[in-house]
Amino acid sequence: MSKVLIVAEHDGAHLNLGTAKCVTCAQAIPGAEITIAVCAADASAVAAQAAKLQHVAKVLKIENAANAHALAAVIAPQIAAVAAPYSHVFGPSTTFGKDVMPRIAALLDTAQISDVMAAESATRFRRPIYAGNSIVTVEVDAGTKVVATVRTASFEAAAEGGSAVVETASVSATLPTHTRFVSVSAAKSDRPDLQTAKRVISGGRALGSAENFNLLYKLADKVGAAVGASRAAVDAGYAPNDLQVGQTGKIIAPELYIAIGISGAIQHLTGIKDARTIVAINKDAEAPIFEVADYGLVGDLFTIIPELEKLL
Amino acid sequence: MKRILVGIKRVVDYNVRIRVKPDGSGVVTDGVKMSINPFDEIALEEAIRIKERGGADEIVVVTIGPADTQQQLRTALAMGADRALLVESAAPVEALDVAKVFLKIVEKEQPFLVILGKQAIDDDNNQTGQMLAALWDRPQATFASKVELADGKVSVTREVDAGLETLEIDLPAVVTTDLRLNEPRYVKLPDIMKAKKKPLETLALAALGVEPRRRVKAVKFEPPAQRQKGVIVKTAQELVEALKKKGLVA
Ligand SMILES: Cc1cc2nc3c(=O)[nH]c(=O)nc-3n(C[C@H](O)[C@H](O)[C@H](O)COP(=O)(O)OP(=O)(O)OC[C@H]3O[C@@H](n4cnc5c(N)ncnc54)[C@H](O)[C@@H]3O)c2cc1C
Ligand SMILES: Nc1ncnc2c1ncn2[C@@H]1O[C@H](COP(=O)(O)O)[C@@H](O)[C@H]1O
Repeated sequence: MSKVLIVAEHDGAHLNLGTAKCVTCAQAIPGAEITIAVCAADASAVAAQAAKLQHVAKVLKIENAANAHALAAVIAPQIAAVAAPYSHVFGPSTTFGKDVMPRIAALLDTAQISDVMAAESATRFRRPIYAGNSIVTVEVDAGTKVVATVRTASFEAAAEGGSAVVETASVSATLPTHTRFVSVSAAKSDRPDLQTAKRVISGGRALGSAENFNLLYKLADKVGAAVGASRAAVDAGYAPNDLQVGQTGKIIAPELYIAIGISGAIQHLTGIKDARTIVAINKDAEAPIFEVADYGLVGDLFTIIPELEKLL
Repeated sequence: MKRILVGIKRVVDYNVRIRVKPDGSGVVTDGVKMSINPFDEIALEEAIRIKERGGADEIVVVTIGPADTQQQLRTALAMGADRALLVESAAPVEALDVAKVFLKIVEKEQPFLVILGKQAIDDDNNQTGQMLAALWDRPQATFASKVELADGKVSVTREVDAGLETLEIDLPAVVTTDLRLNEPRYVKLPDIMKAKKKPLETLALAALGVEPRRRVKAVKFEPPAQRQKGVIVKTAQELVEALKKKGLVA
């Protein structure tokens, strides 16, 4: 039987939605028994949320003052220490999961399968490569411990309504002190979160300045959308890095994605492949973004944005 | 000798339109342009800047790959690396084994810093640096957008989902690069000539005592599902009406 251990992502108070998506991925493995591990200084609040997810059998609290901030070098040995009974160890393919999961895999002397978009069985998975330009089906031998990151855009979050047992694991791994958290600068905003928003409006290089990006924020607020950006817009300093959508930014799956002044480079498109409806606004009728857009509007964004604002 | 080790992977150039072979056995790589993985160029640029500021004496670039990877190593030497190591393997090597090879080289070369790309843009694995740091039992700072060295420590700003995170790590350590860390320099012609005289050593994988395994087997490759081309609307009004009809906006 498959036993799946999911490494919870959280900020000390709230369980990240990515964890519930890992649960859905794990559920596709026939007969999987699912456990969520919560590494925290005080894991109670997050463990309680994890225990409510459907199909979760058990929640493991791994508490240590060193877990106050999620440091891969600190978390990995603790997960490795409890991983023995599990056939699979999953984490979300977020910057948290991407950082910590390979470190766990190496401690367990096993390979990692990155960005799993489907679990076809306990040993067979599908994942994107080459910025999503090919999907590869991979297989491991039965009995191999599988460490994987789960491409969150490919899965719905597991619903609430479960009631898993919560246990405390005592872990005796020696934890390193060579890695110290200093600070995180998170732009706090009341806008919906880019990764989970139903609607996203993104801007590209064509916006031309950080001030002009305000046009997007105003439009986004009108329709309750999150704001995203292309790499070019982030590089130019028009938008902060956490708004970048694409191969090296966030992979998102909103119901509505509106790309404004974005050309549609492969690396950007990778991030929006799973968007239900894509709208492109670009003054160049030949821009590659129109190849993937459900609705295209050719024109100058500086005249179109104010028009949209009035109409919405 | 204060040494920095930089990983260089040879990958299909990022501008190439990727095609899946009709029989599903892989991706077409014959006759396509190959380049240094973009994140590795950034890794090398960062190492060069550290050396230029007096923070390092020597930069060694390392690749595990086919003999042809010499081309990319020569480019790296022209950019400013001092020495190159080519660990030859005709077959692809899994990230865990790449990390094991790097560990062997780390033990021999004793670098104070290893800089790798955050991911190779062919397999998009994003694993090797983290695995090396685990095997080496040293700190990792992944997705770096700023690296500041100061007496035995490094302060690294990382691009994370929430924004920017800063870590302080002890040396030696592994850093992996994100796109905004720097803009790699262009190679100048005289440097290409000079690079021809720089040492490039070839090693056999077996000589390092690492036996690569195939733990994850690729069964088949497919092109991604294609999106249907949509419609071009003429006005903002038409667009908003279409979106309203689909219930996408109120
Ligand atoms: C390894 C690697 C990883 C990358 N990862 C990412 C990633 O994660 N995300 C990402 O986005 N990119 C990524 N890129 C960069 C990517 O290749 C493109 O360079 C980038 O997406 C271009 O951004 P853009 O569309 O905003 O700019 P441009 O390509 O310059 O496009 C601007 C567009 O705006 C249009 N325009 C100009 N003025 C107006 C106007 N007034 N009104 C309407 N339209 C106008 C133009 O016609 C053009 O199509 C990556 C690149 C590499 C090499
Ligand atoms: N075969 C290789 N040779 C040299 N460096 C590599 C190799 N594979 C991976 N790397 C390094 O590890 C980084 C991350 O690769 P990956 O984990 O495969 O996505 C790359 O950007 C390189 O710096």
